Amino acid sequence: MAMIEIRSLNKWFGDFQVLKNVNQSVEKGEVLVICGPSGSGKSTFIRCINRLEDFQQGAIQLEGKDIKSPEMNVNTLRTEIGIVFQQFNLYPHLTVLKNVTLAPIKVKKVRREEAETTALQLLDRVGIHDQALKYPAELSGGQQQRVAIARALAMRPKVMLFDEPTSALDPEMINEVLNVMKDLARDGMTMLCVTHEMGFAREVADRIIFMDGGEILEEAPPSEFFKNPRHERTRAFLKEIL
Amino acid sequence: MNYQFNWKLVLTGEYGQWLLDGLSVTLQISAMSIVFSLLLGTIVTVLRLTRVKPLEWLSLAYTEFFRNTPLVVQIFFWYFGSDPFLPGFFKEWLYQQNIEFAAGVIALTVYTSAFIAEEIRAGILSIPKTQLEASRASGLSFLQAMGYVILPQAFRIIVPPLISQFLNLIKNSSMVMTIGVAELTYMARQIEAHTFHGFEAFTASTVIYICISLVVSFAITLYDKHFLRRVRY
Repeated sequence: MAMIEIRSLNKWFGDFQVLKNVNQSVEKGEVLVICGPSGSGKSTFIRCINRLEDFQQGAIQLEGKDIKSPEMNVNTLRTEIGIVFQQFNLYPHLTVLKNVTLAPIKVKKVRREEAETTALQLLDRVGIHDQALKYPAELSGGQQQRVAIARALAMRPKVMLFDEPTSALDPEMINEVLNVMKDLARDGMTMLCVTHEMGFAREVADRIIFMDGGEILEEAPPSEFFKNPRHERTRAFLKEIL
Repeated sequence: MNYQFNWKLVLTGEYGQWLLDGLSVTLQISAMSIVFSLLLGTIVTVLRLTRVKPLEWLSLAYTEFFRNTPLVVQIFFWYFGSDPFLPGFFKEWLYQQNIEFAAGVIALTVYTSAFIAEEIRAGILSIPKTQLEASRASGLSFLQAMGYVILPQAFRIIVPPLISQFLNLIKNSSMVMTIGVAELTYMARQIEAHTFHGFEAFTASTVIYICISLVVSFAITLYDKHFLRRVRY
């Protein structure tokens, strides 16, 4: 059984169709990279998976369970799927440590000491153990994004979604975030990453999909994707960004 | 002018005690109303943002109704007019309490909460929507997201307008003298009636109001500076 199964997904914003018959199956431990020009629907696509966006047609299953079924509580679904945003979206009034422990304590009812121990381990893993008591505004962009990753991991999710996690970062900070993501991938996390970092895609993706105009135009393992893209739009896109 | 000032008469002895008693009632009624109107104002705001239509309308109707009727009318309503709607046992219990005081607190609370609700709403709307999104995405419910993420940030932003609302409330509390609550203004009026020294009595109450207001706004500003100013994006 696939970790995530997406069937005939269609979504409209008013009259405008943003997703056109999207089908995907993501296995446990698989790393899927989604690329494409802006406005192609890639962010909307992954945001449908944790129901930050609603969709009108089609179905998404997490481990065989329909995410829209009545017995699937939306808050429970979201504890199973972590997401990292382009703009980090840390809570500015809370320390780094409290950013990471808030959801485990309030949603999963983990005891505070236990949540803090886990949080410190995760902060250590993303390389910012010593900043736990600082506030987000006191950190660099790259550090903030690594805190955001730790915050998502603190819920022990089965799947991680990344929505252009390095697009808002200064160039010299991109790698520190990508390295954390590579570690995660190596540890077997199931990941869906919207990104333009083709070096990352080449190195860790199991599959790359290319979207344009709300459709998946191309889907291939990295070697094939970069060597001989079949679709003309993909070739044009790769030419632009490589 | 042959008016003889007699500050000593008004500020000491029995009449001085009256002023202190009035001050004490003013402080009690203001403090209770501030706490309750903050709570009620928060609830009214959150209802407005639930995206559940009937709740939104209820909240909107509440704010518009209580913001747009005179406070004295509301005080009279709660004191003289709400009687027919109360169940018997509750009425009996109520009449054994200090009913003037209770009606005053209710009127001040409801009236002020309508204004505070609007301030809080403005504060919430100034928080980036991505904050709500990020907290909901981590599994927090709407109310948890409000309580732990959105409201704590919103309140920090609206401290200055909130201080104004509190000061208004303290000054408005003088209006409950109309239903016989023995607060500061009522007492000053009493002293005037007994001594014919209205100038001294009302000057004293004026100074006391100014002092309360200054202390309140200074204390909140201080608290704000030292404990709350850590929100930066």
